[in-house]
Amino acid sequence: MAETYTSNEMMTIAAARALRNEDVCFVGIGMPSAAANLARLTHAPGITLIYESGTIATKPDVLPLSIGDSELCETALTTVSVPEMFRYWLQGGRITVGFLGGAQIDKFANLNTTVVGPYDKPKVRLPGGGGAPEIATSCGEIFIIMAQGKRSFVDRLDFITSLGHGEGGDHRARLGLKTTGPTRLVTDLCIFEPDPTTKEMTVVSIHPGVTREKIQENTGWPLRFAAQIAETPPPTPHELETLRALHARTAAAHGKAA
Amino acid sequence: MPRITTLAEAVEAHVRDGDAVAMEGFTHLIPHAAGHEIIRQKRKDLTLIRMTPDLIYDQMIGMGCARKIVFSWGGNPGVGSLHRLRDAVENGWPQPLEIEEHSHAAMANAYEAGAAGLPCAIFRGYVGTDLPKVNPKIKSVQCPFTGETLAAVPAQRPDVAVVHAQKADRAGNVLIDGIVGVQKEVVLASKRAIVTVEEIVDDLGPRSFNAVVLPAWTVTAIAEVPGGAYPSYAQGYYARDNAFYKEWDAIARERDTFLAWMQTNVIEQGPEIFAAHTRPLRTAAE
Repeated sequence: MAETYTSNEMMTIAAARALRNEDVCFVGIGMPSAAANLARLTHAPGITLIYESGTIATKPDVLPLSIGDSELCETALTTVSVPEMFRYWLQGGRITVGFLGGAQIDKFANLNTTVVGPYDKPKVRLPGGGGAPEIATSCGEIFIIMAQGKRSFVDRLDFITSLGHGEGGDHRARLGLKTTGPTRLVTDLCIFEPDPTTKEMTVVSIHPGVTREKIQENTGWPLRFAAQIAETPPPTPHELETLRALHARTAAAHGKAA
Repeated sequence: MPRITTLAEAVEAHVRDGDAVAMEGFTHLIPHAAGHEIIRQKRKDLTLIRMTPDLIYDQMIGMGCARKIVFSWGGNPGVGSLHRLRDAVENGWPQPLEIEEHSHAAMANAYEAGAAGLPCAIFRGYVGTDLPKVNPKIKSVQCPFTGETLAAVPAQRPDVAVVHAQKADRAGNVLIDGIVGVQKEVVLASKRAIVTVEEIVDDLGPRSFNAVVLPAWTVTAIAEVPGGAYPSYAQGYYARDNAFYKEWDAIARERDTFLAWMQTNVIEQGPEIFAAHTRPLRTAAE
């Protein structure tokens, strides 16, 4: 069967597969939200999705454009205040997986969403941290979804907004953290997991048709590949249909910009 | 008891040049009509406090109301940059903008500490990030019982809070429903509070025993502004105009298109134009 799909669809589907039915997932807006809802609509119908606007166990029919669309509140089990969300549910240790994206990432999966260039004379001023700095340290583990490119996968971040594995090794533990940090990074080309000892993000699975050279060309540091590398299973027809229907409903609901 | 008045009178009486102003609403119930009124009244040198500056502060910054912004996420949600915020930070237009940057957890905790009458908020946060290097207000304390190092930020105590809500009754009690964000906290943390509402009613009506209600004596002034949260939304009244959030990207990208839009849609208008937005939203099918 020669079903065609885009690299973006492969990325979202591969990311969705990482979520489990029993997870309680703190969902970032954009690609993480698409992946988390795809998981809920396919293999993980029991997953609890939480958005930082305070909506708990929400089941949106369309993807929200913002983190607090009415769709999230109307389909939630309950909606709490934002201070309660961050204090009881996130800081309180109730979240198994935080699902993040970012503008830039380094080899230890630290994220920059703050600034490119010097902080007080920025080349590009990005939106900032939002919930991510504490999501990155309070959730049991972190999944990250990002399209790869030399400008986004960089050797050195201008700013660490959200901690990944810091300088690698046991850096998180030395900072007093008990949570695991990034365990999976899914891109449009491949899947990374941290090396058990150094914590450097290492390629463990390559999407169909992608070469090692292409992954390296789109990465700003010399890559490490695992000894055993899998080929990511291509999207199933069910995964593709479900994702495309979700995006179609979303486009119809949000309207087109003039 | 709050004075039930017009939006223009409420802003005239309670928002002063140089004030620290917190206009809150987490995606939902953003007080856009009040933002327009502050722009029309040409308030200057404001410190604008808000977790997610959104279009409301993009407009106020671009029109020169702000000296400083205190925030935790400054983007157009799901769309991209706030171009006026970026132009102010990157190029100093229309004037330089001082920034005090936090995380959401810190802002939420700081409002709660303000409401609780505490001098600071203590929480588990900012571990391993560079934010404490660029914001001297982020400090740490040691727990006296366990020795754990925790983050500390000063409580937020704005001069004036501005929020939008669904309803107030004639005595001035305010009902907030749906995504309630930090509105209760910011009102209780502030010296003065202005509330715009979709409608003023005789009775707040059937509600949960645990509904979020701001008692009249916590609010300074109330103005009825139907549609006043547009293009954000008011649960039970109208939906978020996601298409306009996308359109804003092109409007705000250049200074001249931004200024022209503000002239036509804000400077030459009054709060009554917001009522038009309470009609059912356009859809992609239209």
